[in-house]
Amino acid sequence: MGVKLLLDKANVPGIRTYDVYRREGGYTAVEKALKEMNPETIVEEVKKSGLRGRGGAGFPAGMKWSFIAKPEGVPRHLVCNADESEPGTFKDRYLMEFLPHLLLEGLIIASFALGSNDTYIYIRGEYAWIPDILEEAINEAKANGWLGKNILGTGFDCNIHVQRGAGAYICGEETALIESLEGRRGNPRIKPPFPAIQGLWMRPTVVNNVETLAAVVPIIKMGGDEYAKIGVGKSTGTKLISACGNINKPGVYEIDMTVSVEDFIYSDEYCGGIKGGKQLKACIPGGSSVPILPANLLLKTAKGETRYMNYESLSDGGFATGSMMGSGGFIVLDEDQCIVKNTLTLARFYRHESCGQCSPCREGTGWMEKILMKIEQGKGEMSDIDLLWDIQRKIEGNTICPLGDAASWPVAAAIRHFRDEFEWHVNNPELSQTSNFGLQHYADPIHVPA
Amino acid sequence: MGMQFNETQMTEFKRLVARYPEGKQKSALLPALHLAQESFDGWLSTETMDYIANLLSIEPIEVYEVASFYSMYNLKPVGKYVFEVCQTGPCMISGSDNIIDYIKKTLDIKPGETTKDGVFTLKLVECLGACGYAPMMQVGKIYKEHLTKEKVDAIIAEYRQLAASKN
Ligand SMILES: Cc1cc2nc3c(=O)[nH]c(=O)nc-3n(C[C@H](O)[C@H](O)[C@H](O)COP(=O)(O)O)c2cc1C
Ligand code: SF4
Ligand code: FES
Repeated sequence: MGVKLLLDKANVPGIRTYDVYRREGGYTAVEKALKEMNPETIVEEVKKSGLRGRGGAGFPAGMKWSFIAKPEGVPRHLVCNADESEPGTFKDRYLMEFLPHLLLEGLIIASFALGSNDTYIYIRGEYAWIPDILEEAINEAKANGWLGKNILGTGFDCNIHVQRGAGAYICGEETALIESLEGRRGNPRIKPPFPAIQGLWMRPTVVNNVETLAAVVPIIKMGGDEYAKIGVGKSTGTKLISACGNINKPGVYEIDMTVSVEDFIYSDEYCGGIKGGKQLKACIPGGSSVPILPANLLLKTAKGETRYMNYESLSDGGFATGSMMGSGGFIVLDEDQCIVKNTLTLARFYRHESCGQCSPCREGTGWMEKILMKIEQGKGEMSDIDLLWDIQRKIEGNTICPLGDAASWPVAAAIRHFRDEFEWHVNNPELSQTSNFGLQHYADPIHVPA
Repeated sequence: MGMQFNETQMTEFKRLVARYPEGKQKSALLPALHLAQESFDGWLSTETMDYIANLLSIEPIEVYEVASFYSMYNLKPVGKYVFEVCQTGPCMISGSDNIIDYIKKTLDIKPGETTKDGVFTLKLVECLGACGYAPMMQVGKIYKEHLTKEKVDAIIAEYRQLAASKN
């Protein structure tokens, strides 16, 4: 059993309620932070912990906090990013649904460290029942003196508000989220200025993911140095992985980042193997935006070394032979899955979610969907595969926000690793409509040139 | 049209606005539109949007541009219950195609359409954050997960009954 810092109490009956959460040691981290520490020492501990943002980009949280501007007389805000819309990702939902007080505890500590008197949780609109859970928890915390005015006699005031989005993946991007919180369309802003200087209502703002903020609680409890000892290298602490697709046990797992990908997929502690005794074909290890890998490059790196579930190992080999940790949305595909069809559904997703501000993203995502649809329906030509490759390259890096990249990478990786399958669709227009390319060589050992 | 929040709805509206600093009441627009949609038959008419603009002291265009951006707002009338079935990658590889086909056949409608009796609308949507519990759909505030044909039958029966009891 690996170390558990976030979900260790998840199975305690009634842990969603204040009384049980408190009895299980809840709010001691807030007590410690507000009574024994100050904003600077809290930021210092978070820096020492090595905690990296869990929303997808992996930016060091402590460093982000230290960037917040502190102009005289201007309020600052903490915003919790609970938009969670990256296909394959459903871990924040789990935290909020079952451990709302853990998130609140992290939010209070972070609000204190950043000087945010009004903190907002921006939650995707579809999670329509969760705001009720969070607001109930907020009321309990307030009734017990952890929120509101002059918390624990420190003179620090803090209120937490929950706002629902209304169906737009792009609002997970932090500046689009801020626009949406201000009551506008979710169009990402051009940076700079960064939110830390001018964010919500042009005030200094820090946006952090739900899991990042929850992780602040164990960091304060155990200290940054101890937290940093868990895991490996720059992958410190624990990470929530939401596992889905063709596995026996889909769900949310907390891992310390020393477990191998193979163990994660096949051991009974985690995914429990491929469903129906089938074979593993491919996996998107970090949410739909990260590169898909065939089985052989997933379990071992191109150098033939074991691949582990951590930031460094998952990205070993770069985009040529590696992928990314991303948001921790782990999507497993078995031998019966069609890579072209899978890529098509993701391309459709990004076309649907593009905010339309930049032409490469707006037009390019539409073209990628159309061409993939053509290939999928057995009407493709060989030149379409190269055209797809061309389009994704023209989007990547040429847009206001990283959604353009996020739309390009899945297409690029699918062609890079599964070109045979695309070609098979083109060469077998009829057969491809009634059968699948199957596993083929995608699980065969890789031969590394000496 | 004399579309207005009743007293309970107005209290909720005021609570929403109070969460933001003075002068930043426009921030309450998304939540206010959710409230309006729930209060007025599940969709946002031009009259409804103008009413919200007026309440928040903003221009109607500021409401239209937001209402048309976000996929959860319905700008046309919908059935009493909207089945929003997820069709993105993780759900697709877990069999959402079969579920969508089955619903189409059973209700005899295509995505975007409403049944003749006005009870059901079918909508295909993108990932709803339930990928591990796929295939899935959302009905109002509720997620229906691990869908099978039998489960779909039961859900349709459940909502038919609900609709009948409300008539
Ligand atoms: C298109 C797009 C969608 C994103 N969606 C999310 C999301 O749903 N949740 C999230 O926490 N971060 C999301 N992010 C990342 C945020 O912009 C931001 O980096 C993050 O909230 C910072 O928090 P962290 O440092 O704690 O990870 C998204 C980024 C992009 C470009
Ligand atoms: S990259 Fe796409 S989503 Fe991002 S700002 Fe440009 S058009 Fe909008
Ligand atoms: S892909 Fe359907 S809920 Fe995520």
